[in-house]
Amino acid sequence: MIRKNILFYFTLAVSVIFICQLIVLQLFKSEYSERSLSNATLERTVYPPRGLIYDRNGKLWVSNKPVYDLMVVPENLKKFDTVELTQNLKISKNELIEKIESAEQFSKKLPSVIERQLSLSEISVIQEKMWKFPGFYFQKKTTRDYVLPIGGNILGYISETNKRELEMKPDYDLGEMIGRQGIEKTYEKILRGKKGIKIFQKDRFNRIIGPYEDGNYDKAPEAAENLTLTLDSDLQNYGESLMQNKRGGIVAIEPRSGEVLALITAPNYNPNILIGRDRSKFFNKLVADTISKPLFDRSLQAEYSPGSPFKLLNALIGLQENIITPETIFSCNEGHYYAKGAFMKCHNGIGTKSNLIKGIYKSCNSYFAKTFVRIIESESSPEKGIDLWKNYLTSFGLGNYLGYDLPIGKPGFIPGSDYYNDWYPEKNWSSTTVISNAIGQGEILTTPIQMANFTAAIANRGFYIKPHFKKSFDNIINDSLYPVKRTLIDSKHFETVIEGMHQVVEKGTARIAKINGLEICGKTGTVENFIRLNNEKTQLTDHSIFIAFAPKENPKIALAVFIENGYWGARWAAPIASLMIEKYLRKEVKRKWLEKRITEGSLIAEYEKPLLGKPFNINE
Amino acid sequence: MNKKFLSRLDWLSILIFIILVGFGILNIYSATYSEFSISIFNSGNPAGKQFWIFMISLVLMPFILFVNTSFFEHLSNIFYGISIISLIGLLFFGQKISGATSWYTVGGFSFQPSEFAKLTTALLIATNLSSIQTDIKKVKDILKLFSIILFPMFLIILQSDAGSAIVFLGIVFAFLREGLNMKFLYLSFLSSFIFVLTLLLKPLLLSLILILIFTTIYRYLISKFPKTNKSPFLIVLITSIIFSFSVDFIFNTIFEQRHRDRFNVILGIETDLKGIGYNINQSKIAIGSGGFDGKGYLNGTQTKGGFVPEQHTDYIFSTVGEEWGFIGSSILIIFYTFLMLRILSRAEKHTQSFPRIFSYSFVGMLFIHFLVNIGMTLGLFPTVGIPLPYISYGGTNLLAFSLMFFIYLNFDANRLN
Repeated sequence: MIRKNILFYFTLAVSVIFICQLIVLQLFKSEYSERSLSNATLERTVYPPRGLIYDRNGKLWVSNKPVYDLMVVPENLKKFDTVELTQNLKISKNELIEKIESAEQFSKKLPSVIERQLSLSEISVIQEKMWKFPGFYFQKKTTRDYVLPIGGNILGYISETNKRELEMKPDYDLGEMIGRQGIEKTYEKILRGKKGIKIFQKDRFNRIIGPYEDGNYDKAPEAAENLTLTLDSDLQNYGESLMQNKRGGIVAIEPRSGEVLALITAPNYNPNILIGRDRSKFFNKLVADTISKPLFDRSLQAEYSPGSPFKLLNALIGLQENIITPETIFSCNEGHYYAKGAFMKCHNGIGTKSNLIKGIYKSCNSYFAKTFVRIIESESSPEKGIDLWKNYLTSFGLGNYLGYDLPIGKPGFIPGSDYYNDWYPEKNWSSTTVISNAIGQGEILTTPIQMANFTAAIANRGFYIKPHFKKSFDNIINDSLYPVKRTLIDSKHFETVIEGMHQVVEKGTARIAKINGLEICGKTGTVENFIRLNNEKTQLTDHSIFIAFAPKENPKIALAVFIENGYWGARWAAPIASLMIEKYLRKEVKRKWLEKRITEGSLIAEYEKPLLGKPFNINE
Repeated sequence: MNKKFLSRLDWLSILIFIILVGFGILNIYSATYSEFSISIFNSGNPAGKQFWIFMISLVLMPFILFVNTSFFEHLSNIFYGISIISLIGLLFFGQKISGATSWYTVGGFSFQPSEFAKLTTALLIATNLSSIQTDIKKVKDILKLFSIILFPMFLIILQSDAGSAIVFLGIVFAFLREGLNMKFLYLSFLSSFIFVLTLLLKPLLLSLILILIFTTIYRYLISKFPKTNKSPFLIVLITSIIFSFSVDFIFNTIFEQRHRDRFNVILGIETDLKGIGYNINQSKIAIGSGGFDGKGYLNGTQTKGGFVPEQHTDYIFSTVGEEWGFIGSSILIIFYTFLMLRILSRAEKHTQSFPRIFSYSFVGMLFIHFLVNIGMTLGLFPTVGIPLPYISYGGTNLLAFSLMFFIYLNFDANRLN
């Protein structure tokens, strides 16, 4: 009878329905298990700590330190004591309210940043009381710690990616740290490592309550590689201290390998100011300084007339082209007429007769003007002559980007026939028209690193290796990355020029650079320069330049020093170069008096002259 | 004698009962588990409390088993009276826990009289219905029997615990077994059918559809059996339409929004997953994510994350579903069903109606719990907060349903006496 079995069949039917629903939910609808994952788990990207940076001697230069972003999830906010939060974190109440409001507009459920890059000491007090502030939490990040607060221009900096960039860089997350300048940018790939994923179990309040499945599904980040630079941090530090209150640059290269030993620009800044919550404040301050331009790397980006050191290259071209020999003698009478009514002055006295070596150590303008004219005129036309000359210079890495591994630079300029043909459409130019190039004035422009590079090429007697900042440990210089670049000058021609450079220090224009027991080769330069001031071409005090390498045989360091408005070469640049050499080769500087003079010497007054709006004297 | 009695005990049911309660305690432990959880046996946590309640019920078991059957029959009036008094007392001394005033709280112990009212009502119904004076065909007796059920239901609804009140309707299955007119069953089917359709379709449209269906059936019958009387059709049709409109009225004016919401979500009228439908949705996600073999004991991510509210009480089945998967949850359903069916089929063997009616009432109520609780957890039923006996956390519930089970055992073992 059915009556007896009503409840029986009901029970049976309901059980069958339940099991059917279980089959649907558990066996067929995978959406539920996916929903459960997104519901109950939280994927957090784990960034490997950025690679450490060491100097050539293994000294730690850049490491990482934790910073904390104060985050908010508006949905989870409850009433809290604003005063306690704002006072501890030193933010204003209005700012806090504003930021919470904009976070709410962005998303109620997703975290937004309230305050960036707080240091551990800044959050230590409030961190223990975070339970009082539901909805807020600290997110740990790492930022750079510049153990040695030097070389900001080389290292560059890192900052967070923005939305616009992400379209170009799909493998970055919003706000992920990315190298912006310098080494950080060039070697971003190495220093970044590969990010991983950590999956957390969360509860219904979105709180993390532990790792998901004991971390079995996590993807461990791949550690970033550490980077060893070619730079000598002691030398860099020393150079930066010498450059206090001056503008200009120092570039030191190991000639044998092309490794950059120091790259100093002045004024510079302490890289540690570009991390932490005040980063943008300081950065804007640096950008806003359009007069001393601390973000402008003078050693890489400043294109100056090279001045007298350029005479060395003209001498080498003359020798190679058999236009002069080491014995060629030119005379000078406080200068010479290179054309009718055109006189080039020289500081050498009337009736000075110089061979090449003396021409170099006396820095005789006439000698090199005459050499230059002969080079240009050795060909059938000045066009061919100047292109021949340019060809030699190009082989020294001039007039183009050097291709070193930093993201900024300038090509400099070496004029060719096309340039002068454009300038003089009637082609009525000749060797004498372009004669300023003979002594490193005129149209030529070089950057300090290009000057250091050609100095290295001279030190190497005819070749250079592309300057670079990343040290390779296989000790093979001739690898594909850094091939030997030969200049078009035979190495035999270098000895005379080098001897001339040696004499510059021994008895020439840069005797102040002499270090007992070291054979230093150098060349001073004093470069006239002009700016536009109130729409008038105004001459400023000459730039002080010195290039040098040492020791003469088997050189270990080649460098170029450029001091803006430092007057003559031996006044600032030569002693700075000499101190750098002593520091690098001897590790200790004994000439404390010279060191003191340079460190304490300031050119600030000189730089202020054109800004004061009054007439001023130069070359005092 | 004693040995004989023991051999007559329904040991298979006892085994299933122990498995169910033990499994329940394991799942309560998991549902309330955190890194800081103490031992499963410690009464400081829900699983431990449940364990000790279970121990107490096992201690009571022999006493229940050896009491003479007539003891329950004769004292059913008194038990029922005590239950009613304790339910009335709740109105004055009750403790409000999660919206319902269903508890007495004395020295840290909470006690829910409505659970014992299920037991005592079942006993009183069994006594009354088995009495020779009662005739289930008579309207007067039907009213008397229904009032025995409706009185405690009414008191429980007053405590705003409508879910528990519904359970008493399970006793109606005993009435049907004992000869209540089957029209009651058909009518309740028709009315719940119309209730649901009214919410889905609005009364006017539903009325038109009903008129269409009824006339079609009537025309068909007329063509086959020309003598068919049309007045019953008209009466049912008109009653249905009136019912539909009154349901609409009651639903929209008398129900509170939270009640409306529960029905709306389950009928798919609203799909607010984070709001009203949150519980059901989270429960479905938990169960669905369990897959075939589950995530493993204490490894449910939904369970650990506390996404499913009331998971150790009303939503305990979602923990089972997530951590034990299809295998675990379907085995639980099969065991549960087997227990109910076994009690029913053994109840049929009684020659006396008192023990049979009690067993039917017991299983009827167990069935309502099973239907409503798992139905809700699986998203097939509106959210009605009642536990799954033996599995869910809840001391009074476990104790009351254990006692009912023991009384069944007593009756069953003494069947041949």
